[in-house]
Amino acid sequence: MSRLAILGLAARVRRQEILRGVDLEVGSGEVHALMGPNGSGKSTLAHVLAGRPGYEVTAGSVTVDGVDLLELPTWRRAQAGLLLTHQYPVEVPGVRLVDLLEAALAARELPAGALDRLGERVAAEAERLGMPAELLARGVNVEFSGGEQKRAETLQLAVLAPAFAVLDEIDSGLDVDALRTVGARIGALVAETGLGVLAITHYARLLSVLRPDRVHVLLAGRVVRSGGPELADEVERIGYERLAAELGVELAVPPPPPERDPFADPGF
Amino acid sequence: MNDGGDGEQARALGGPDWLVARREAAAGRLAEIAWPTPAEEIWRYSRIDELDVGRYRPFTAAELGAPGRDDAPGGGVLAAEAGPRAGLVVVRDGRVVHTELRPDLSAAGALTCDVATCADHRHAERWFGTLADASPDPFTVLHDAWCPGGAFIHVPAGVVVTEPIVVLHWCDGDGRASFPHTLVVLEDGAGATVVERFASPKVDHLADVVVECVVGEGAHLRYLSVQEHGPATWSIALQRAHLGPYARLSSSAVALGGAYARLRTEARLDGPGAESDLLAVYFGDGDQMLDFRTLQDHAAPRTRSDLLFKGAVEDHAASVYSGLVRLRPGAQRAEAGQTNRNLVLTEGAHAESIPNLEIEANDVRCSHASAVGPVDEDQRYYLESRGIPPAEAERLVVLGFFEDVFARLPVPALVGPLRRAVHEKVGHLHRSGSRPPGGARAAAGPAPGATGGGGRG
Ligand SMILES: Nc1ncnc2c1ncn2[C@@H]1O[C@H](COP(=O)(O)OP(=O)(O)O)[C@@H](O)[C@H]1O
Ligand SMILES: [Mg+2]
Repeated sequence: MSRLAILGLAARVRRQEILRGVDLEVGSGEVHALMGPNGSGKSTLAHVLAGRPGYEVTAGSVTVDGVDLLELPTWRRAQAGLLLTHQYPVEVPGVRLVDLLEAALAARELPAGALDRLGERVAAEAERLGMPAELLARGVNVEFSGGEQKRAETLQLAVLAPAFAVLDEIDSGLDVDALRTVGARIGALVAETGLGVLAITHYARLLSVLRPDRVHVLLAGRVVRSGGPELADEVERIGYERLAAELGVELAVPPPPPERDPFADPGF
Repeated sequence: MNDGGDGEQARALGGPDWLVARREAAAGRLAEIAWPTPAEEIWRYSRIDELDVGRYRPFTAAELGAPGRDDAPGGGVLAAEAGPRAGLVVVRDGRVVHTELRPDLSAAGALTCDVATCADHRHAERWFGTLADASPDPFTVLHDAWCPGGAFIHVPAGVVVTEPIVVLHWCDGDGRASFPHTLVVLEDGAGATVVERFASPKVDHLADVVVECVVGEGAHLRYLSVQEHGPATWSIALQRAHLGPYARLSSSAVALGGAYARLRTEARLDGPGAESDLLAVYFGDGDQMLDFRTLQDHAAPRTRSDLLFKGAVEDHAASVYSGLVRLRPGAQRAEAGQTNRNLVLTEGAHAESIPNLEIEANDVRCSHASAVGPVDEDQRYYLESRGIPPAEAERLVVLGFFEDVFARLPVPALVGPLRRAVHEKVGHLHRSGSRPPGGARAAAGPAPGATGGGGRG
């Protein structure tokens, strides 16, 4: 039983404060949904958790079973058990999924034989996720459709089997059938391996296939409400704007002030 | 060495009269040759001003020994890596010491031999030096004055050799110069795969190399040269091919070694419908400089050529790619593409990329693209977010970057060993982790986005 704890997390990107004190706790085998409108800081939170260069933490802590993740470089955070699936997976030409997974597993201290038949495991996982085998011969994400990218992210999650997963819009780009497949696979990981999930989404539809234990709403860099699964339905019904108005908070992080161009047309 | 001598060595190195006469003529010209400087466009960015040619001593005939005598020439591992082969030529310091060819291919009239000793000289005499003569420089003249012979591969009309013919060049001797020469002639409709591997130990050696490939009408030559010289060796090579009508050249180079290694790769498309694909992978580290000058020379209608050169440099290494696509007036409806991409992995490393077009025909299609930049930060982050350590993430990205060239090399058995050789080199000198974080980023200036152009002339 592990625990991912995010406490008072504040962070800046390009000098702009995006996260303004986020508190979340996820335990093994739990599914937490993090909902919020575009620009509320969801992906920023995901990247701050993963340690993306250029994301500066100004306050707060992130720990897994007491281990301070913020002290670790990106790759060590993944090894410590926190894996991010990306909203916009990057094309890496010439590096196949199996190459990537082999390198990731080889970097861990695993028992001998952990890499055996990796190719077969990857192929089986691809089949389970309805990914054409042909994609395994290509560079990761190279000319993958949106749906193929998200299946590939799920495949990596299944093979790397972390303690916690942050899923950044794993549902975007998926059609109904694909959503069901991906949701079921992640659900199985939760049930079988005790994976703890922080599922970032702005639609409730993912949550119909991946039942959350808790739902949190992020507005303008803060978790403004938390509740049970019924909160997702409420959000869906009333929308983020009304929720923000009811709570008297901003909807999204205000865009940074435009840089003043001294040569710009003064406009009068 | 660079004074041309008195004609004594021309005779002493032996071989048929025409070869001796060729050496004598070149020796005569050496005396008045002007050695190149980086001020000349074709030597721009090179380290040619650091080379003192006079410092290197060529081998005497006695040192080289009699040609073709060695039954156990060594190089077994290098040869074996190429997989099942049709033939083998072993060349030591420019002297052919061993040749083999599968008996069925000999029976079909194919030949692997030494230019200097070959029983039937007709084909060698007809072609030897003619391609280099069409594109001379001081090093081809020097080469001609001292070349003891060379590997000769001849495939008669209509004969197709499917497995590779392997040519191993071993260059040794501190302070010495060697002059390896390879002549490949594919008569009309012939086919062959030729793989050459150039290697030397850690010696201050000058290898002055000429490779000539004649591809007859409708013939198809697949060619791969692998340069794995020791870190102190200077290599200056010309590799030139002439293509007849509907001939096809699939040429590739992998350049990993040498202190300064220059490769001039030229393909002249002489016959209508001829097609040439030039590929290269290069990786420089330490203080190496890898220097490529390419020419895609279209002299006939409906010819097609493409070029993809991909390189990476790290530490204080440098690379130069300077390529010209020339579409001569007769090259109507020709198509040419030229792409050079470079990764600059550390702050002290440097890559130049200069693609050029010279269009003298009015109905042609050509495109070119060139890029110099660091490893993509987002790719690195993506891999690291899976738990892959930074050095390994970089190796994966670099190997992946080369993969489209590797996948097209004509000798599949060699791809694994070559991939491993590159993998070994990436990050080798700073594997201790002493590299400043983000160093590559600050180094490389422009983003890896391509600059390019295209057009219809
Ligand atoms: N790399 C970046 N540079 C500048 N601003 C950024 C960057 N990433 C995110 N932002 C800004 O941070 C805010 C939150 O963005 P993001 O976390 O992507 O929101 P969400 O994922 O909830 O849609 C937005 O105002 C966005 O413009
Ligand atoms: Mg987002």
